[in-house]
Amino acid sequence: MPRVIVDVVLKPEISDPQGQAVLGALGRLGHDSVRSVRQGKHFVLEVDGTPDEAELRQIAETLLANPVIEDVELHLPTD
Amino acid sequence: MRIGVITFPGSLDDVDAARAVRLAGGEPVALWHADHDLKDVDAVVLPGGFSYGDYLRAGAIAARAPLMQDVVDRAKRGMPVLGICNGFQVLCEAGLLPGALTRNSHLHFRNRDQVLVVERADTSWTADYATGQRIVIPVKNGEGRYVAADPDLDRIEGEGRVVVRYAGGNPNGSSRDIAGVTSEDGRVVGLMPHPEHAVEDLTGPGTDGLGFFTSILKAVVGA
Repeated sequence: MPRVIVDVVLKPEISDPQGQAVLGALGRLGHDSVRSVRQGKHFVLEVDGTPDEAELRQIAETLLANPVIEDVELHLPTD
Repeated sequence: MRIGVITFPGSLDDVDAARAVRLAGGEPVALWHADHDLKDVDAVVLPGGFSYGDYLRAGAIAARAPLMQDVVDRAKRGMPVLGICNGFQVLCEAGLLPGALTRNSHLHFRNRDQVLVVERADTSWTADYATGQRIVIPVKNGEGRYVAADPDLDRIEGEGRVVVRYAGGNPNGSSRDIAGVTSEDGRVVGLMPHPEHAVEDLTGPGTDGLGFFTSILKAVVGA
């Protein structure tokens, strides 16, 4: 069954305190090379038949992400 | 005057909201999120809590509940709606109010009595206050940080859509200290602090919250 991946992350201009907390923990662990962390969500959708890109984009942009504060990336199967 | 209070799975403050309506002199009407029945109410309150466990985003699933479709339709035709805390999140997710609420900047749940300044005393829910009046009502949230892109914030401010603003300290990192906003027509209002928890001296910091519930009774009578 085709799997569609949707990644959602806060827009660059919206501050991400969770990502900053992770960055702080990395610093305490000595991982000084990491410059920034942005935390997001990763959705895996299994769909019947050939994925309908327009429908999936609508799902991603209207429910899975809030376009007011989040950017969304849709990854369709490549086979 | 029939004021509906919607209960979603995970709502916490629906009983307090109904009680506030009653203390103000209105008739609270219990509404269930999964029904398509607004029971002839004149206005609706969306209460605080953690609808659907805040899954996906706070308010996101509740905003797509069956009854919310009816609320959105009626609100667009002028029915007053008040969203408190989780209810504010639901209204933003439903597109009835601009902006969004997300994780507090300090990542802590913040619970305290909060000073607010009323900037709009002409909405359906704030007419019993005076412009510039300072009120104290409880705030309690973990995802109460009001955010939007800067141009959108400029537009929200320019259109006078800010109803209440935090004073004496911003509890959650909200942009420009915004605690609550309204729709273009002033009938839909959302705020993170809880006026329904400040309606009796015995159980709250005072009765400063009662004005939201007395205002709507006059607004509906006058409509």
